[in-house]
Amino acid sequence: MGTLWYCLVAIMIAGYVILDGFDLGAGILHFCVGRTESQRRRVIKSIGPVWDGNEVWLLAGGGTLYFAFPALYASSFSGFYLPLMMVLWLLILRGVAIEFRNHLEGDLWRPFFDAIFTAASSLLAIFFGAALGNVVRGVPLDASGAFFLPLWTDFRTGKDVGILDWYTVLIGLLAFFTLAAHGAFWIALKTEDLLQHRARIVAKWAWGAIALLTAAATIATLQVQPLVLYNLTTHVWGWVFPDLALAGLIAMLIFLLRGDDLKAFLSSCAFIAGMLTSAVFGIYPYVLPSNTDPKLGLTIASAQTAPYGLSVALAWWIPGMILVVAYSVFIYRHFAGKVRLEEEGY
Amino acid sequence: MDSALALHRFHFAFTITFHYLFAQLSMGLALLIFVLKSMALKTGDERYNSAARFWTKIFAITFAIGVVTGIPMEFQFGTNWSSFAKFAGGVIGQTLAMEGVFAFFLESSFVGLLLYGEERLGPKLHWLASLLLFAGTWLSGFFIVATDAWMQHPVAYGGGRQGVVLESFWGLILNPWTFWMYLHNMIGTVVTAAFVMASAGAFYLLSRRQEEYGRIFVRVGVIAATIASVAMLFPTGDRQGVMIARHQPATLAAMEGLFETTRGAPVAILGQPDMNRRRLDNPLVVPRALSFLTYQQWAAEVKGLDAFPPEKQPDNVALLYYSYHIMVGLGTIFIAVTLVSAFLLWRRRLYDSRPWLWVLMLSLPFPFIANTAGWMTAELGRQPWLVYGLMRTSEGPSMRVSSGNTLFTLIGFMGMYTVLAMLFLFLTRREFEHGPDPAATLVSPGGGQASTHAGLDARGEF
Repeated sequence: MGTLWYCLVAIMIAGYVILDGFDLGAGILHFCVGRTESQRRRVIKSIGPVWDGNEVWLLAGGGTLYFAFPALYASSFSGFYLPLMMVLWLLILRGVAIEFRNHLEGDLWRPFFDAIFTAASSLLAIFFGAALGNVVRGVPLDASGAFFLPLWTDFRTGKDVGILDWYTVLIGLLAFFTLAAHGAFWIALKTEDLLQHRARIVAKWAWGAIALLTAAATIATLQVQPLVLYNLTTHVWGWVFPDLALAGLIAMLIFLLRGDDLKAFLSSCAFIAGMLTSAVFGIYPYVLPSNTDPKLGLTIASAQTAPYGLSVALAWWIPGMILVVAYSVFIYRHFAGKVRLEEEGY
Repeated sequence: MDSALALHRFHFAFTITFHYLFAQLSMGLALLIFVLKSMALKTGDERYNSAARFWTKIFAITFAIGVVTGIPMEFQFGTNWSSFAKFAGGVIGQTLAMEGVFAFFLESSFVGLLLYGEERLGPKLHWLASLLLFAGTWLSGFFIVATDAWMQHPVAYGGGRQGVVLESFWGLILNPWTFWMYLHNMIGTVVTAAFVMASAGAFYLLSRRQEEYGRIFVRVGVIAATIASVAMLFPTGDRQGVMIARHQPATLAAMEGLFETTRGAPVAILGQPDMNRRRLDNPLVVPRALSFLTYQQWAAEVKGLDAFPPEKQPDNVALLYYSYHIMVGLGTIFIAVTLVSAFLLWRRRLYDSRPWLWVLMLSLPFPFIANTAGWMTAELGRQPWLVYGLMRTSEGPSMRVSSGNTLFTLIGFMGMYTVLAMLFLFLTRREFEHGPDPAATLVSPGGGQASTHAGLDARGEF
């Protein structure tokens, strides 16, 4: 039962990164692919009706993680105190920038909000990547299952680590380029003409960076967290996850060169899902490994709530998520197609 | 009080108080927008649609701030209160996760459709969107109140000092504490939104513009505020009081400022708790009223604070006493103001009674204060417990998060929220200055309001 919820939480996190990922990515590119007011309006409009719903995946995923693995939630949220608070501030700034920029008339404040939108989106992508890097690398848990990490120490992956070290920064950069490409595919899918053209060019550059960084991150991960290789050699079926990522990466380039934006976007989804599931599979059965003593790591068994809570929650979680999928489909269909501004050409 | 503990408490109190200023307005407005949409559908009067459209814009600004300040609340259980999160996660994790799955997706999906989908959806589906948005925001309120109700009155759990586990799902959802607390809280949000609507209407009538909509806002606002204000006292407030008397007697004594156990205990209307001499200074009391309200007997004995050992008394009696008295005092004034307004409305004199319109317009901030004071009463009244009778507040924080780091993020939130408050006031003021658009106008996804504003008034129908 614990392993089932491990998978369900992983699915929700993957859902969050794939969905909010494209609007984060659109935010990263917003300032540079949108040069005129009408272009920027279209970038915002392409994510306007859906970004808030996408962000809810973070809350619903966080809530699900909390109820299924209270000890993990308590440990990781207090241990990652500083970066999480900064993530909160960035989410606030970003939400405000998206929602309020269009309430303002004139040319004074809009570029200001545009810059905030892009800066907050970029930093969020890097933070989320670094967070994943921290989970894979492990954290200095004490016997009560608690820890506290400063933002950085000496940038090395030894025993006295900070949130940022060379490994987590590497993963943060990979996340940045991955989501930038993801957002570029979305913009290309939702827009036309110059905007679409620029998004495709950005996607090509980003793809190169992703390919390089993925190779580097793979080598680094095998070094930093030996458990990953162990899991892959003992459970050979687990190769489907890295294979999915690799297939997604290659397909991304093929469809990008063919100009098939939808398939390139879906390939990017597959790549993200493959990378995340590889990480989750790689640290199984831990939910939060220790970088000092493997025995102190939090496992599914030690972090999960009582069996009754886990089984009774399936009864509301499954219908609840079916509803979520139903209205997500409705919303995406309702706002499907290329975005256009009513007053185009004024 | 240990400084890290005090900072963690103030951190949560500050962020939740700020968040709830917006959450109460958006939950109350969601109902009133649904009412306006229903009236539009029933009467076919296009003005109700315009009114709904106007309030949906106010709702959208409020909702956006509510969302961005709401995310930190869910995070803080883990970041600042991890000992509590670990202890109680087996139970309250369920309600918090359900809020995400059932409420947040619903409201975030349908707020977009309500704002941008009117043209494509048609009147009936658009009305349905307003219903689903209302359902989403009120479900969100339910799961939060259910979580707090469990902290006030833990039920359906097993386990011990190490942590609690859920033993009955329906026991948690149907916690007897939840029912009246939920109704009291949600009707409180309607009081806020209805007063805001009536106040906006009074503003338009007094400044002699948008008078058609001014009358609609005053009428709908006053009727809703009257019903809601009365329901705050009876039955919901009364039933809450009975529950507190039965299950949290020390809280009742502190709320009422009753230091000594008394037969025929009075209700203090005014007075300042003197914590050194353990008495109420300058008291103005209604004799024997507390005994009657609590036990329906004029001579019944009510336990005072002296009946409880210090470690089982709320740790801030004075603030609890003031919160409770501000809530009840303002609630009483709301009933008086709304009953007079409703009478004037019935006699068709309200729209022309400028002094009374001034009263309505200036009433705007007070429901926010009353709702805040109400929550302070509930949460200070629960002290010194985090989970009543099970876990003390001093056992709850994240032990590894130092006071220096907590102060850092507290200062950060204060700065951030100051900017948000300024933005909110600036943007809502613009909307109120602009007023409702007379004709059917639609807004594009992600914006376009600003530029559509300019050309609208020209094609007004009225």
